[in-house]
Amino acid sequence: MSEAILVPEVDTRPVGRIALLKEFWSYFSENTGAVIGLFFFLAIIFIAIFAEFVAPHAPNQQFRDALLQPPFWQTGGELRFPLGTDAVGRDMLSRLIHGARFSLFIGCIVVSVSLIVGVMLGLAAGYFRGRVDTFIMRIMDVVLAFPSLLLALVLVAILGPSLINAMIAIAIVQQPHYVRLTRAAVMSEMTKDYVTASRIIGVKTLRLMFVTVLPNCMAPLIVQAALSFSTAILDAAALGFLGMGAQPPAPEWGTMLAEAREFILRAWWVVTFPGVAILTTVLAINLMGDGLRDALDPKLKRS
Amino acid sequence: MFSYLLRKLGVIIPTFFGVTLVSFVFIRLLPGDPVLLMAGERGMTEERHALLMAQFGFDKPIIVQYGKYLGDLFSGDFGTSIITKQPVLEEFFTLFPATMELSIVAILLAVCVGLPAGMIAATKRGSAFDHVVMTGALAGYSMPIFWWGLLLIIFFSGILGWTPVSGRISLLYYFDSVTGFMLIDSFLSGQQGAFKSAVSHLILPAIVLGTIPLAVIARQTRSAMLEVLSEDYVRTAKAKGLGPSRVIGLHALRNAMIPVITVIGLQVGVLFAGAILTETIFSWPGIGKWMVDSIFRRDYSSVQGGLLLIAAIVMIVNLIVDLLYGLINPQIRHTD
Repeated sequence: MSEAILVPEVDTRPVGRIALLKEFWSYFSENTGAVIGLFFFLAIIFIAIFAEFVAPHAPNQQFRDALLQPPFWQTGGELRFPLGTDAVGRDMLSRLIHGARFSLFIGCIVVSVSLIVGVMLGLAAGYFRGRVDTFIMRIMDVVLAFPSLLLALVLVAILGPSLINAMIAIAIVQQPHYVRLTRAAVMSEMTKDYVTASRIIGVKTLRLMFVTVLPNCMAPLIVQAALSFSTAILDAAALGFLGMGAQPPAPEWGTMLAEAREFILRAWWVVTFPGVAILTTVLAINLMGDGLRDALDPKLKRS
Repeated sequence: MFSYLLRKLGVIIPTFFGVTLVSFVFIRLLPGDPVLLMAGERGMTEERHALLMAQFGFDKPIIVQYGKYLGDLFSGDFGTSIITKQPVLEEFFTLFPATMELSIVAILLAVCVGLPAGMIAATKRGSAFDHVVMTGALAGYSMPIFWWGLLLIIFFSGILGWTPVSGRISLLYYFDSVTGFMLIDSFLSGQQGAFKSAVSHLILPAIVLGTIPLAVIARQTRSAMLEVLSEDYVRTAKAKGLGPSRVIGLHALRNAMIPVITVIGLQVGVLFAGAILTETIFSWPGIGKWMVDSIFRRDYSSVQGGLLLIAAIVMIVNLIVDLLYGLINPQIRHTD
């Protein structure tokens, strides 16, 4: 072992984008749950994109001859409406399929907005430290002092109940997590030699922040993005359920549940299926998130 | 320890003022001015509007208004409900025991099930039990609890007819509130069946509210346990020939508890968020339902006061958790 001290350790891992992706996939695919989650998620994306072609009916088309019709396997059900119909005769399956669009849309917008704003603020806080840092972090502490759903609910009360306002509220509530993560990652990167070296050769501040440091902080952010994608869907559904999110007749899953509440003891299917849709989607994303964390976080690798 | 406390207070006090600023700004961000909000749809003449604006001090500079707001808060005035004309503080603490009772039972349930489940899963890593617990925990963590509550109502109230659908106790019973906790009060009342009725009303909401904390606690216990089980001192203990129950129960568990206790403490915020949904589904007369109702009734002074009080409670509990954490783990209080 004595030579090993003299010879600097050479990293023999393959480099290049393809090789990195291969390495990532080999870690990710070790986790069966994550792979199942990934394929389920891809299926939902497919369904959401091609909702018009996949769904048997239009989401808001009312069949007056078939109100609260049960799913096809129960007596009184028929294959025309595989998962039954709701109180005004709309096909459950078609509404659920179109609802996937809402959930994915909500997830994408909320994650992009909170990620971009959060990373900017976190980067500024971690890079400049001092007063900028204190100022930003105190504001984040204030946001985090409120239970997230409560703050989102109050924000929607101010802005007025709508899907867009619900997404804005959820994005505001979520971005402190990105700020904290980015700040912590930036602070630990800033102590490393490559940052000092870049600084000495005169790299400009903005380039140093965004091109040199930021890419090395991405791993925890990607994991957080996956987890907050699922939280965004859950919170938006909760706001919809409380009547503060997407407004009827939008086939958003939480809003559908709110409309179905009064039929809870008469027509189990109008209550059950939207919830199954939310649960399975969120579960798939969380399974994927767990796999991402295992594959991207070297500390937790193979633990 | 004292300097640690001071450091924590140094963070929490500015945060508290930030929180008061948020609740102060909240009512001013609403469309229309506060007096018009109070008047509701009735409307009023110009002179009366100006008079009321002056009476409430809304015509003063914003900084003066904020100063007055803070002064009121510190003298215990959290505003007056626009609808019921009752002090918000009084309404809040009348309803608070209901939420607290529900939350305590929920967290007890979560700890009693989640802790052993996570522990056994860690010691039998890779077993079928481990897989079942971890899958269940992830499902619980992903659960839209408002839907979960409706499902439980369909099954236990609708199909089996075991539990009531809403409220804290059957209307057949009446007794004066002693502690505000229905379980204790119904027991003390000595009325036949009152306690049983209180339990049957509480059980489903408690399961619903406890689901996410349970999942989080089970996951956290398992990973903390796994980490500790790979430590040298556990191997030493095993090598010394200590039995597995002693190694796990005495050496590992105690150290694994530190992160787990923190996680349990951090569930307070989660419980409040969950209470909003749970109480709405089960018509549980607590803070969560009151906040939602206040928002829908446009009773903004109640929303303002409630928002501040809830944030204050969450902050105080988190501070206590931080201090306890510092107390059991000196490493934390000596490093920043």
